[in-house]
This record gives sequence, C-alpha cells and structure tokens, in this order.
Amino acid sequence: MALLQISEPGMSAAPHQHKLAIGIDLGTTNSLVATVKSAMATVLQDEHGHALLPSVVRYMPDGKVVVGHDAQAQQSNDPVNTIASAKRFMGRSLKDIADRAHIPYNFVDSADATKLLQLQTRAGLKTPVEISAEILKTLKMRAEKSLGGELVGAVITVPAYFDDAQRQATKDAARLAGLNVLRLLNEPTAAAVAYGLDNAAEGTFVIYDLGGGTFDVSILKLSKGVFEVLATNGDSALGGDDFDHRIYCWVLDKIRESSSSFKPLGEEDTRLLLTKARQAKEWLTVNHEAQIVCRLSDGTLIDVTLTATKFVELTQQLVIKTLSPTRKAMRDANLALADIKGVVLVGGATRMPQVRHAVEEYFQQTPLTNLDPDKVVALGAAIQANALVGNRSDDNLLLLDVTPLSLGLETMGGLVEKIIPRNSTLPVARAQDFTTYKDGQTAMSIQVVQGERELVADCRSLAHFELRGIPPMAAGAARIRVTFQVDADGLLSVSAREQSSGIEAHVVVKPSYGLTEDEITHMLKSSFGSAEVDKKARMLAEARVSAGAIIGAVSLALARDGNLISAKEKHTIEAEIQRLQTTAKTDDATAINKAIDTLNHATEAFAAARMNASVSRALSGKNLDSINL
Amino acid sequence: MSLNYYVLFDLDPIFNIELETLESNYRKIQSESHPDRFVTASAAEKLKSMQLATLANEAYLILKNPANRAKYLLELQGITAISETNTAMPTDFLMQQMEWREMLEDAITAKNIAALENLLSEIQIEAKSLQSSLVKLLDEEKDYVAATAATRKLIFIDKVCADIHRAIEQIEN
Repeated sequence: MALLQISEPGMSAAPHQHKLAIGIDLGTTNSLVATVKSAMATVLQDEHGHALLPSVVRYMPDGKVVVGHDAQAQQSNDPVNTIASAKRFMGRSLKDIADRAHIPYNFVDSADATKLLQLQTRAGLKTPVEISAEILKTLKMRAEKSLGGELVGAVITVPAYFDDAQRQATKDAARLAGLNVLRLLNEPTAAAVAYGLDNAAEGTFVIYDLGGGTFDVSILKLSKGVFEVLATNGDSALGGDDFDHRIYCWVLDKIRESSSSFKPLGEEDTRLLLTKARQAKEWLTVNHEAQIVCRLSDGTLIDVTLTATKFVELTQQLVIKTLSPTRKAMRDANLALADIKGVVLVGGATRMPQVRHAVEEYFQQTPLTNLDPDKVVALGAAIQANALVGNRSDDNLLLLDVTPLSLGLETMGGLVEKIIPRNSTLPVARAQDFTTYKDGQTAMSIQVVQGERELVADCRSLAHFELRGIPPMAAGAARIRVTFQVDADGLLSVSAREQSSGIEAHVVVKPSYGLTEDEITHMLKSSFGSAEVDKKARMLAEARVSAGAIIGAVSLALARDGNLISAKEKHTIEAEIQRLQTTAKTDDATAINKAIDTLNHATEAFAAARMNASVSRALSGKNLDSINL
Repeated sequence: MSLNYYVLFDLDPIFNIELETLESNYRKIQSESHPDRFVTASAAEKLKSMQLATLANEAYLILKNPANRAKYLLELQGITAISETNTAMPTDFLMQQMEWREMLEDAITAKNIAALENLLSEIQIEAKSLQSSLVKLLDEEKDYVAATAATRKLIFIDKVCADIHRAIEQIEN
C-alpha cells in the first residue's frame, strides 16, 4: 500500500485533493450508497442501473453469498438461507424478538437468552452483524468500482432512536466489511441536511421518518448551515414491515374463516404471503383495492381482495403509534405546532396515504414530499462524509445532534439514577458521585442502563463492570465518581474513580451481549481467508494507513500553526514524524503502531494550543489561554 | 472551577445576557471545536476536540437556562445557592409549592392533561417574575442574599415543571 505523500514541514501543504468518501443508508428493506461528485450529492447505481439494493442476503449451497435483487427473488424458495430485514435484529438478543413465530428464520436457542442472537443457515451460524456486513461490502464494492479509487471512509446512517447496542453492532458490521467509519449519523439528521441544503431552509423543521423497520421523529433548528437537533424520539421496532404483517395476519384470518382444517404455514409459505402482503401495501398507495392471489405449497389457493379502507382500518393502531413519540419530541423541544415551519417525510413507508393524512392532521400543514423519501438519507450522509474528510472548502456545515435515550446507573433497590438525560447535545459528559453501602466495602458493581423507565428491569442493560480495591472505610465515606462520556457517534464510555485513592476503572461500553474482540477477529479471519498471513498483512496495511494519516495530519497542522509552539517542541514533533516514516517502511505492524502512539503523545500540547487558538479566532481575538483541558 | 463559562462565550458576567449572542458564540465555538472537524486529525487533536466541544455544550446548557445561570453567577461569587444542609424556604413559598404539588397530584389521579398544562403556564408566570427580579438583584443592586433566595425558588420551580412534564408523558403512555 502506498503511503500518502506529504510535503516537507514548513512548506505549503499538498495541493487540495478530492478525497473519496461515501454515505451509506443501511436500511431495513433497502440500502443505498451515495457520494458527492463535482459538488453534487448523487446516489450510485449498480451495473443494472438500480440505486436501491434490497437488504437481503442469501447464503448459497456453493458457499457464495448473494446480496440484493437476486437474493430477494429467491426469498420464498429458500427462506431459511435468505435473510431480509436483518437490521431489526442488530444488537438484539432472542428475548427482544417478540413474534418469532411469524419470522421465517431458524433462530438459534442459546442457554443464555441475553446473548446476541444468531440464525442457522446453510453457511453456518450467522449474526445480524455478519449479514449486515455483506450488504455493506456490496455497497463498498459498488462505490469503489464507480469512483475508481480507494475510499477514505464512510458515513453510515442509523435510526436516531437506535440504542448503544444497536449503534455498536452497526459499527462492528462496517468494520467486518472493511469500511473506515467516519461517523455514525442519525437518519433524520441526514435527511434534514439533504433537504435543508437543497432548499436553503431556515427555521424549525420536523423530520418524520418511517422506514421499513424503524420509526424516528426529529425536530431540528436550521440556521446558516448549522443543523441543531432540538429533540428526537421514535420506536426502533416499528416500520413498514409491520404494515405488511397486519395484511398477512388478515389474510390468515380469512383462510381460517373459509377452511376449518387450516394448518400453520411453513417457512416458504410465510415468506410468500409476506411478499404478497408487501406488494398489496404498495399497490394500495395509488389504488382502491388490491387482489392477493397465491397458491400455497399444499395446493391451497388464496384469492382475497383487500380494500384501501380495510387496509387503513387494519393499520390504524400502527399509525397512531407514531404520533406518541412525535408528541413527546414536540414537548421535549418545548415547541408549539405554530413554531414548525415544515414537516419533511422520509422513508418508503411515508408513501402510504394514511400516514400522510395522520401527519398532516397532527401538524395542521401539508407535509413536504418534494424529495425522494428513499434516497434523501443516503444523500445527506454523502454530504456529511464529504464535509468530514475536508472536501468542502467553505466549511459552514455543522451538525449538532443529541442522544435519543437517557443513560443511567443502577442504584439500591433496582432503581435507575439518570446521569445523562435524553436529548442532550453531543458530545456530552456527566459525572455523579456515589458512596459505599457497608463498612469496609472494597468493591462496587456498576450496572449501566439506557432507557426512560425508573426500574432497571425495564431499561436496556448496556454494561456491567466492577471497581475493585476501594480502601476500606466506613459506609458512606468513600467517594466514587462515575463519569459518562457520549461521543459524536452516540457511543458511550464510562469511567469510575475512587476520589481519595485515585483507583480508576475505565470501560468503553460494549453491550453485555455484544460481540467480543475475539469474535470480531475470528469473523474477520474467516471472511478474509483463514491464513494467518492474511491477518498479518491486513494488520500491517492498517498500521501503514494509520501512519500515513497521522503524519499527514500533523504535518499539515505544523505547516499552519507551527508558530504556536517553541522551536524545540516543533523539533521534537518533527523528529517523531521522521522516526514514524522510517518505521512505516518496515514490516513490523506492532512497531509502527507504537511509533504512532509516540507521535500522538508528542503532539498533545500542540493539539491543545491549536484548539485554544482556533476558538480564540472564532470569537475575534479573545484569548482563551485559561482553558485547561 | 477551571474555566469561567462567561469568558468562554465572550459575555459580560451578568444575569441579563443576550441569548442571541450566547447562541451565536456557542455555534462559533462548536464550528471550531466539534469532533466533526477533526475526523482525519491525530488522536491527540480528536481528544482535545471532544473535550472542548463537551465543555461548550455543558457551559451552554448552564447559561441558557435562567435558574442554572443565576446559580452559576452566585457560584462565581462564592455562594452555594442549594446545598444539602441549607434547604430553608420562606413559608409563603412553601405554601404555594404545596398547593402546586396538590394540584399536580389531583391532575395525575384524574389523568387530566389539560389541567397539567394549565398548571404549567401558571407556574411559568411565577418563574418569569422571579427572573425579572433577578435581573435587578444580580445585575443592578448586587444583593446576593436576596438573589440567592430568588434563585432557590427558581430552581424549585424548575423541579416542579420537570415533574409535570413527566406526569404528562406517563398519562400519554
């Protein structure tokens, strides 16, 4: 792998080069990839001219994996090995899946019901992370082929209401697919960026995003390129799939009415009927009635007619279910209906007339539908990816997003102590002091939860760790400070520290039932061929890319702001750059990574000085030397 | 306290700040410090960026909210408005609080959202009047004793409002 070329420190930086970055909308039903080409955000198509890639993965008898339309076409014939809507299972355990009976997959029962769920396919056990990684790989290849170069990175969108476990699972999937994740971006925020920039919109807007499997509502204030999320809410298990499902259940009831000897459907018939239900739903968007005709595997002929009126009645509760999060978001943002300048509809499911009517009735205004609801999220992600890698020269685009769910800790009696309330602007950190319960207590168990309920049992448990070695003291004398930090991806890390002794425990929250580092390594291995050599080559390649990136970043910083530090400090950093350059030519990944750490360490003071200087510049010359970060 | 939030946002240390200036300076700082600006930077710069952006968010939250802002101004004067040992309140305010709490309980029992929203607007009127008196007490008269009392009332009012919001949400669920 070639290293990035860097001009000599002090000389002018390398000429502005367009870096290849993509935005990916990893959807429940369909996925897309987009990029910014000559200042225009564009969705990339496959060789057949399709923009949408059905989020369906089929494991073939010959060991190959087929993704997209070809997989979707075989769904009814090979349901157990053809997985659709894997996003619904991301970061989830078996006990989270409410209606397994209606899902035609072989879920694997594990002794531990809280463990990440797995599906049995002919290619062996597959997690939703691996299945999603196949979709991401397909999109990555499409982008590389179309753009003709190596990608710097990708912005991947997630439902705003995804919790920490679901976000982490998405990041793991990207890693398996070999993608450098620039940022996880909330889908409604991505949509707002695409809509807002396209229409030069200013004011307060609502994004109502009903996708295949998830529902989000976000309220944003748009002003001069700043997109500030005021509140977000949603339901990460509600979407267009549920509307299909209501039709499916209605058809089953119809069959039961007419035939007393009706037996439960097999996997193939279930998938077939679900597909017919989806087609009927889409047909009813512009027609008054839909005919559902199919023959089941036992020869039974199904021929029923569903009217639009009946469909509205069947799905009324689902539509109402979206309004409750909407009201909550409005209340959290402290806004009246009159404050809303526009309501943007996103997600294929918002094509349904009953959904549009409900939104119109609630907000008392006609929703905005002048963007393709299927593409707007991917386009927004591409715009953000382009900005993040520094391709936009006049950079005034800034996204200020929030955490969707409150984060807290378990205290005595199974109660939740909230540390970070929902709708806090990211990044955010909050600390809380706790004390011991018994005399001489030397350890403390810390359970991290996410959710709005008061009882730990009703929230999602994210992690569990122990702080040991607290000096024995009387009950209530120790001061244990627990700090939560949520980064710009919405991912949490927690550290705990006993104040008097300075004993520290730090965890980056990996959900209790998430993938372990070993599992990821194992999956990476099996997906890149089992040879140890491959793993080594990959590690070396990754280390060299990282080395190139940091040398580039630091050299550029020195060229711009080298005057902020003394000649001696500058010299130290330059020496470390040179050392890393030399090390990067060797085949020793460990040594390269060590040299990267050393260079990073050497630039800490410089980084702080640059940060202070840029903030001072922002506030016209105000001196902020007093910031001690 | 390592950094004065007023210095960070380039504002005079008063209660009656221009909210527009606060917002625009907050956005300027985020434009420079937000982690989105440092995606391709070194790990050291990424960390500094996250720390400064986190600090700016926290500072903005404090200065934006009147009760928090008054409490913060008093802290700059070395006065702790609310502490575990000092919870005394004037009798008339306590009576009023009890009245509000009773109305809150009644509305919850009756699942009456309209009554809760009415209560909310009634309390907001009281909050507004406390805010006006804080402008006088903190910025003009510098009467920190009276300002402390008013600030504590405002903080209690915030708590009642939060409870009302929670009640509305629970009824809606």
